[in-house]
Amino acid sequence: MSSKADILASIRKATKGRKSAAQRRKDVEARISEHPAGVLPEGPRTLAQKTKKFAEKAKLAAASVDIVSAGDEAQAISKWLRDHNLPQTICQGSDARLKKIKWPRRGGPDIKTGPSDGSDLVGLSHGFAGISESGTLVLTSGAQNPTTINFLPENHIVVVDAKDIENDHETVWQRLRRRYKNGKMPRTVNMITGPSRSGDIEQTLIMGAHGPVRLHIIVVKGATNAARKSRRA
Amino acid sequence: MVEVHSPEFKENSRKALKDKQLQRALQHVRGNFIDKRAKSIADLPEFEALRDNARDIKNHALEHLDLYLEAYEERVVAQGGHVHWARDSIEARGLVLDICRKVNAKTVTKGKSMITEEIALNEFLEKNGITPIETDLGEYIIQLRGEHPSHIIAPAVHVTKDQVAEDFKKAHTHLPPDRSMDEPENLLLEARGILREKFIAADVGITGANFLVAETGTSVIVTNEGNGDLTQTLPKVHIVMASIEKIVPTLEDMSQILRVLARSATGQEMSVYTTLSTGPKRKTDVDGPEQYHVILLDNGRSNMLGTEFQDMLRCIRCGACMNHCPVYHSVGGHAYGWVYPGPMGAVLTPQLIGVDKGGHLPNASTFCGRCEEVCPMRIPLPKMMRHWREREFERHLMPSGQRRYLQLWAWMAKRPAIYRLATNVVTTGMRILAIGRGRFKKFLMAGSWTAERDLPAPQGGTFVSQWKRQRPEQVR
Repeated sequence: MSSKADILASIRKATKGRKSAAQRRKDVEARISEHPAGVLPEGPRTLAQKTKKFAEKAKLAAASVDIVSAGDEAQAISKWLRDHNLPQTICQGSDARLKKIKWPRRGGPDIKTGPSDGSDLVGLSHGFAGISESGTLVLTSGAQNPTTINFLPENHIVVVDAKDIENDHETVWQRLRRRYKNGKMPRTVNMITGPSRSGDIEQTLIMGAHGPVRLHIIVVKGATNAARKSRRA
Repeated sequence: MVEVHSPEFKENSRKALKDKQLQRALQHVRGNFIDKRAKSIADLPEFEALRDNARDIKNHALEHLDLYLEAYEERVVAQGGHVHWARDSIEARGLVLDICRKVNAKTVTKGKSMITEEIALNEFLEKNGITPIETDLGEYIIQLRGEHPSHIIAPAVHVTKDQVAEDFKKAHTHLPPDRSMDEPENLLLEARGILREKFIAADVGITGANFLVAETGTSVIVTNEGNGDLTQTLPKVHIVMASIEKIVPTLEDMSQILRVLARSATGQEMSVYTTLSTGPKRKTDVDGPEQYHVILLDNGRSNMLGTEFQDMLRCIRCGACMNHCPVYHSVGGHAYGWVYPGPMGAVLTPQLIGVDKGGHLPNASTFCGRCEEVCPMRIPLPKMMRHWREREFERHLMPSGQRRYLQLWAWMAKRPAIYRLATNVVTTGMRILAIGRGRFKKFLMAGSWTAERDLPAPQGGTFVSQWKRQRPEQVR
C-alpha cells in the first residue's frame, strides 16, 4: 500500500462508524463553502475609528504610522527618508497604486522597479489591507508587490488606503476570496505586525532580526478614484 | 530519530538542578512568559470564547481528518504544488533528500520546525553531504553548540548571553576577535550579517507549518524574525514539513486559532510575520520559489485518533504549558531527553518513542494543573499523564519496589478501617517525634526528599479526623 493510502486507512479506522461516509463528506464540504467566521472581537464602527485603532495598534507593535491625505504620499515618504538619514532611493514593484504617487518633477527619489536583491536600503509596497484589531498589514505577492521587498531592505514603507482597513482578519479573507476567486490564492499572503525582532538571547527583545529594522506605514485618507480603480483591477 | 535520553530523566534532572548557568537562564522563563501572556489575555474579553472555538475547530478537523487532508492536497496540486505522504521519519527524510538531490542542493536553509527535530533531519542531511543551516536565531545558536532545542518556541532559552558570545567567537573566526560582544544587539547584528549570505546562497529552503488550510491548499508559518520568509522566498525550492494534525478547514478557522496562539506563546496579539504560502511562484511573479513541496508526516499520530490521547492532537505548539510548569522551571527542557519537553512533551513523548522509554516524563508532574489551565486548546494534559501512568503500571514498567508500595497502598486504601488506623499511628508518631521543630532534617526511607529540603511533620491529624471534628460545627 502507498504511504498515502496507509495513513488515510489508519485515520479512517479511528473515525469509522460515528457518521455515515456521505454525511461526513457533506459536513466537510459545507464547512469549506460556508467558512463560518466564529468569535469576532468587538471592533470600531466608523472609518475614522478604525484608522485610529489601526494606527495605535501598529505603533504598539513598534511600527511608525503617518496618516496623510490623498495626494500627499510623496511628500510624506520623502520626509521620512530625510528624517532617517536615508538616501532618496526606493525599490518597489509595478503596483498601479504606487505608480499614482505624484513625485515632484525634480528632486524625487530614484525608483528601481522589480524585486529586491538584498542591496536595497528602502522598499516600498502597497498593502492589500490593514487590520485594526492588531495593527496588522496584509500584503499579497506578485509583480505588483514582490515578496522580497517585504523582507530584504532594512526599511520597509507600506502605503495603505484607509478604506482598506478592516476590523478583523475574517473580513480581509472575504475580500481576498472576491479578488482571487474559486479557492485560488496568490503565492504568498504576508500578515505583518511591526518590524522584525528576536527574543532569543536571554528573552531580551531586539529589533531587526532578519527582516526590516523599521516598518513605516502611510495610511492615506480619502483615496482617489484612480486608486480605487486600481484596487479593483 | 534524535537520540533518546528520556529514560535518564531522573539523572538529567539531578544534573540540571545543580547547573548554575542553566538555573540562571531558566529565570527568564519564569518571569517573562507568564506576565506577558497574562497581560495580553486581560486585554481581550473574547479570549475564553475563542479558546472554546479553537478547541471545537480542531476537534471537528480531527474527526474529519482524512477528508480535509484530501481536500488540502487537491488544492495544493491545483495551484502547482506537490504533496508527499510520509508514514515515518525514514520516509520523510528520504523524500527531502530526493528533492534536494534533484536540484543538486549543497546548502539548505531552515526555518524553525520541531518535526524536523523529531525526524532528525539535520544529522541525516549532513551525512548525505548537504549542509543544513538553521536560521531562527535561537536555532542557529544551538546548532553552533551542537545541541537540540530546550523549548519549542525559545530553543536557546537555556543559553546565557555570555555563552552565545563565546560560541560566536569560536564559529565566526573571520571577524576581528576584539569586536564588542557585550550587548545582545551586537550578537543579533552579527548573526543577521552571516545568515543573510546563507539565505541568498541556499538551494532549498525548508520550513515547518503552524497550519495547513484545506480550503485553499495553503501552508502557514508564524515567526517574529522573518527568517522563515527569507528561507522560503529566496531559494529555488520550498519544502514544507508538516504533521497531519496541522489541518484546519478554512482561513477563518486559522484566524480563530491565531488569536489564541501568539497570546499564549509570547503574549503578543499577533506574531510579527504570519505568512500564507500556496504553491510555487506564479508565471507573472518576479520572485518566490520555482518548486513547492509539502511533506505530510504521520509518525504515529493517526494511531492516537480514537484513543484517550486524541485530544493531544489539538496542540498548536505554543509552549504555554512549559512556560507555566514548575517542573520545567526547575529542570529545563533538555532533562526531558527528547524533542518535546514540558507537559506537552510528557504526553507526546511516550506516544512517539514508547512508554518504556518515555515513562518517566508523565511521572514528572506535581499535577498542579497549571498546564491545562493555560492551554489555549483546552487539552487535559494532567488527565493524559495519568493515562500514561496507568499504562506504565499495567505493563509492569515501574521499578518493582515502587510497584510493591503501590500495591500495599492499594490494599490498604480498599480497607478504610485499617487505612485510618495506620495513617493515625504514623501521623501521631511523626508529630511526637518532631515536637519543638515541626520538621525533619532526615527521615526513614525519605532520604532523597530530605537531601534537598526538610520534611514537614504532619499537623492537626489526618484529613478524615479533621473532617469529623470540624464538620458538625459548620453544619450547626
